Amino acid sequence: MNLTVVLFAVLAAVTAASAVGVAASRSVVRAAVWLLFTLIGVSGLYFLLGAEFLGAAQLIVYVGGTMVLMVFGVMITNQGPFAVLRTKPVEWAVGGVLAGGLFVLLATASLNLVSSGKTTDDPLPGISPIGLSFLGVEDGGRSYLLPFEVVSVHLLVVLVAAAYLARAKRRVSQVASGKEQGTNKEDTRQEQGVTP
Amino acid sequence: MTDWLAEYMPHWAAVLVAAGVAAGVLVSFVGLAAFLYIWGERKVSGRIQDRLGPTRVGPFGLLQSLADGIKLITKEDTAPDGADKFLFRIAPYLAFVASFAAFVAIPFGAGLVAQPVSTGVFFVLAVLSTEVFGVMLAGYASGSKWSLFGGVREAAQVVSYEVPRSLCVLVPVCVLGTLDLTKMGQQQAGGFWNWIAFHDPFNFAAFVLFFVTATAGCKRAPFDLAEAESELVAGFHTEYSGFRWSVFFLAEYASMFAVSGLAVLMFLGGWHTGFLPFEPTEQFGFWGGSALNAAVFVGKCSLLVVVMMWLRWSLPRLRIDQVMMTCLKYFLPISCGLLVGVGVWQLYLHPLIGLYTKYVLGFGTLLFGLGVFASLFTPKGVAPRRELEGVWAKV
Repeated sequence: MNLTVVLFAVLAAVTAASAVGVAASRSVVRAAVWLLFTLIGVSGLYFLLGAEFLGAAQLIVYVGGTMVLMVFGVMITNQGPFAVLRTKPVEWAVGGVLAGGLFVLLATASLNLVSSGKTTDDPLPGISPIGLSFLGVEDGGRSYLLPFEVVSVHLLVVLVAAAYLARAKRRVSQVASGKEQGTNKEDTRQEQGVTP
Repeated sequence: MTDWLAEYMPHWAAVLVAAGVAAGVLVSFVGLAAFLYIWGERKVSGRIQDRLGPTRVGPFGLLQSLADGIKLITKEDTAPDGADKFLFRIAPYLAFVASFAAFVAIPFGAGLVAQPVSTGVFFVLAVLSTEVFGVMLAGYASGSKWSLFGGVREAAQVVSYEVPRSLCVLVPVCVLGTLDLTKMGQQQAGGFWNWIAFHDPFNFAAFVLFFVTATAGCKRAPFDLAEAESELVAGFHTEYSGFRWSVFFLAEYASMFAVSGLAVLMFLGGWHTGFLPFEPTEQFGFWGGSALNAAVFVGKCSLLVVVMMWLRWSLPRLRIDQVMMTCLKYFLPISCGLLVGVGVWQLYLHPLIGLYTKYVLGFGTLLFGLGVFASLFTPKGVAPRRELEGVWAKV
């Protein structure tokens, strides 16, 4: 029983308890805060394993980005003071079955990994070998830069398209067809997504 | 330190004691720094507004923060009836823990770091980016529309400003070739013209841009839209009182110091004085040299923090649309351009031109700074008759 095991137990307990909190809490933002603790716990596990880059990436992507946007969305769209979710019994059942199946799958996979003796205590290489092999400096000049760039440009295109679809519609059609404005006002309103 | 302690106790205890000592030192440092910066802020604002600032408590009013602290602790800690009490109570601590955790990876000198992280810059940026969550949560959980507006603004602003800030960080990283903050500092040893800010024009611009975006990221004026008191009462902390309110300000001053530390380590030579021809740790031994290093580092950071205060009391607050437009229409393209520019500079430029640029930028900045300093000593005008002296006073 060394310190690493104890720390792992503490972090894992915090992560699991907060995950239960996510499922159990009714308020959306409270669930988000529990999820925040879950994600911080997972990044703590990464730090414990020596994967500093992965832990920091977990923090910056999920905590600093996704969670902030989620709470931001709740704050913008909420009608009443605090958003509340009511979970139906069917949803509890479906979610419980899915979660149980995933747990069994992961548990068997990790237990198999232990019994096959594939766990190693090699010092982790850090992030720079990954970057260098992306550039093709190591590994005999085999570069992964082009596929990486293709993926990232694809992601950028998707983001631009999403922003295009989600943007506020201008009243261009009304100005262009000013005569028809009186007759089919309702139609244009519906097209523009404006609630009267 | 862990190895030294491990001779006296089992290894697990040594790790825990070392971690506890490092955390204790950092907490006291953050507390003391906030203590002095709050006094400094009041003095700077006083002088800029032609007042004296705090003078009564202690010499030069130095203990003003202590008096404020006692007042805040004795105040009743209220939570509004309509608030989500649990979230309302933990929000300030979330904000403070985030900005405090960044100090874990910031080296105050060669080897003076609580936990060396091989991707230190990324870690500090990641941890600081979670500070916004506490502020948003405070805005949401207060159950007040002013707080809600403050929280929404804070989220929009900080998430947007993170993008140019991170791109500005990449510019010196392209030159230094490492994300490790200690190695970054070590590479800028020697004369001050070796500092990365003077390496090329792109890094010089990136330093300025990083400082501005970092100011916005700390929600400091002129970007303090989250607490715009002329529009939103007090923004996200409208409903807070007493100790929890002060924790927000502890977090704010801690993150000001953290981003200044990042700027100093990446652009301004870290803990190097810039003119000493030797390494202090080799000349005075580890502890003496490290004390000098830490003093230089803290001094440089404090200088940047004072510049932030100076900006706060000099510039009017922007409107929220102006803040967003400045970020997305100007800072984002500029930072992308700087990144491309520094790549071209590193790859295709003759080394001799690079050397001359270093000297021109370094000594130019030094001369400019000296000029500004000298202008402080030029005689001022005389106060008109029957007016108080104020700004016209002779120094």
